Amino acid sequence: MRKTSVRISIIFCLFCLLASPCYAGALTAFDRQSGTVKIAGGTAHIPVMKAAAKRIMAYNKEIVITVAGGGSGVGIKQVGEGLVDIGNSGRKAKPEEIEKYGIEMHKWAVDGVGVVVHPTNPVKSLTKDQLKRIYAGEIDNWSTVGGVNHDITLYTRDDSSGTRAVFWKKALGRGEITTSALFVPSNGAMKTTVANDPYAIGYVSVGHMDASIAPVALDGVAPTLDNVKSGKYSIARGLYSNTKGDPGGLTKLFIEYLLTPEGQQIAADHGFIPVK
Amino acid sequence: MMVSKDVFAESVFLCCAISSAIIILAILGFMVALGIPLFQEIPLSDILNGPWAPHHGAYGIRAMIFGTFLIAFLATLICLPLSLGMSFVISSLGGRRSRRLLGAIVRFMTGIPTVIYGFVGIFLLVPLIREGFGGPGMGVLTASIVLAILISPTMILFFTDSLLAVNAAYVQAAKALGATRVQRLLYVMLPGALSGMASGFILALGRAVGDTLIALMLAGNAVRTPQGLLEPARTLTAHIALVKAADFDSMAFRSIFACGITLYLFTILATIMVRVMTRERIAIS
Repeated sequence: MRKTSVRISIIFCLFCLLASPCYAGALTAFDRQSGTVKIAGGTAHIPVMKAAAKRIMAYNKEIVITVAGGGSGVGIKQVGEGLVDIGNSGRKAKPEEIEKYGIEMHKWAVDGVGVVVHPTNPVKSLTKDQLKRIYAGEIDNWSTVGGVNHDITLYTRDDSSGTRAVFWKKALGRGEITTSALFVPSNGAMKTTVANDPYAIGYVSVGHMDASIAPVALDGVAPTLDNVKSGKYSIARGLYSNTKGDPGGLTKLFIEYLLTPEGQQIAADHGFIPVK
Repeated sequence: MMVSKDVFAESVFLCCAISSAIIILAILGFMVALGIPLFQEIPLSDILNGPWAPHHGAYGIRAMIFGTFLIAFLATLICLPLSLGMSFVISSLGGRRSRRLLGAIVRFMTGIPTVIYGFVGIFLLVPLIREGFGGPGMGVLTASIVLAILISPTMILFFTDSLLAVNAAYVQAAKALGATRVQRLLYVMLPGALSGMASGFILALGRAVGDTLIALMLAGNAVRTPQGLLEPARTLTAHIALVKAADFDSMAFRSIFACGITLYLFTILATIMVRVMTRERIAIS
């Protein structure tokens, strides 16, 4: 009995020693701070935003950070209109948006966008040409690409999605998306929907991939973290947190925190590639 | 003293009434004003009857208008027999216990958040429809069934209240003449309640047209006019929810005001119909 408690306390002490320098280091910037940071926009960013917000709020109870979704378009629009402090986007702000709102972009991670299917689907590899034809509606049965004889259910995102923007540009080569495609409103919704439909095909941020959905290799390259990192998998984009002009106070601290080793580790833990 | 208090209360309530009326009119004005660039650029017929292809400069909302009314009408159609049966049982046919229990359940249903229905629909109904009938599972039929459940409390409560509002003397008279419970319901209560029930039907239809989340989660949101009940469709409300993130200055964003105006006009039409019917009922009684 005593041995166990001694052991536990030793482990606890070691844990504290290990943990304290890296945790306290980055978070000390939030000492004696208080106030609110409102975040909205890109849905790929949400897990990292929430994890970072949780750590900061646990460290300093005077700080409140709210995280909402909406998509990249919403992020840029809301930060530009001054409705939120940080507007996330999974694409660069357009020149006219930068000019109109005075948007300042802060890139803190790189994220791949991968094609996904239901785990039971035998099709785990497609050529870009096949993918293009599937999304154009020319191939509408899984048997054409080596799967079961069943209609393909095509899922896509709305126009303001940054994930769609990069997928459309780099995977489909700005090709047509058929009007029979079904629309889902976020990365999370895409994951749930594909996970529940054995005949689905869709695309999500690599950071959102887990065992409930299966990634599809494109031209033989799987959308894995390593492949995105090495540049072998080319359908990738930066994840940006945008502010209106040079942000002061807490907002600035939050963005700086994302770029500290600890913040970058959070991004890496969620399946994104750190920029530092 | 009493009089001045009365005058004070009256003026406060008048202010409330006037301001809410102004807000409702202001919303219409606001939608028209913000939609003006779209109406100037694109002829109204193209907006109402064209395809939706923002990359090709086409911002037609025909598919959405069609999808909205198809899903809403189908939902009310599914809901009608259910609500009729339920209101018959609650108002007269059921025993005392079952009437009270069913009434409580219906009242409880009004409080269930829409998203719960949507979630249950995704995990239970979508796979069932996909495996049982084919198609992608998300589509007109799926959304209509869940929507029917969602709007049923509105319909049931309206039906029940109208049936119970029929003059008790008539019902007693029929009873004295030896009419059975079913006869009293069908020949005395039902004819007397019809106009009230019709307004309940229209209000439920209005609710089905106005609901966003069920269609957004379950109808699939494809931008094509559905060719069958198993095909995906997009409603005006879901369209607004999906497109609202577009650039403020883009035509795609402007087009959601056309959707808003369409929904607004439909609501006005439904309200007028309800008003006409209730006026008739008052005239009869």
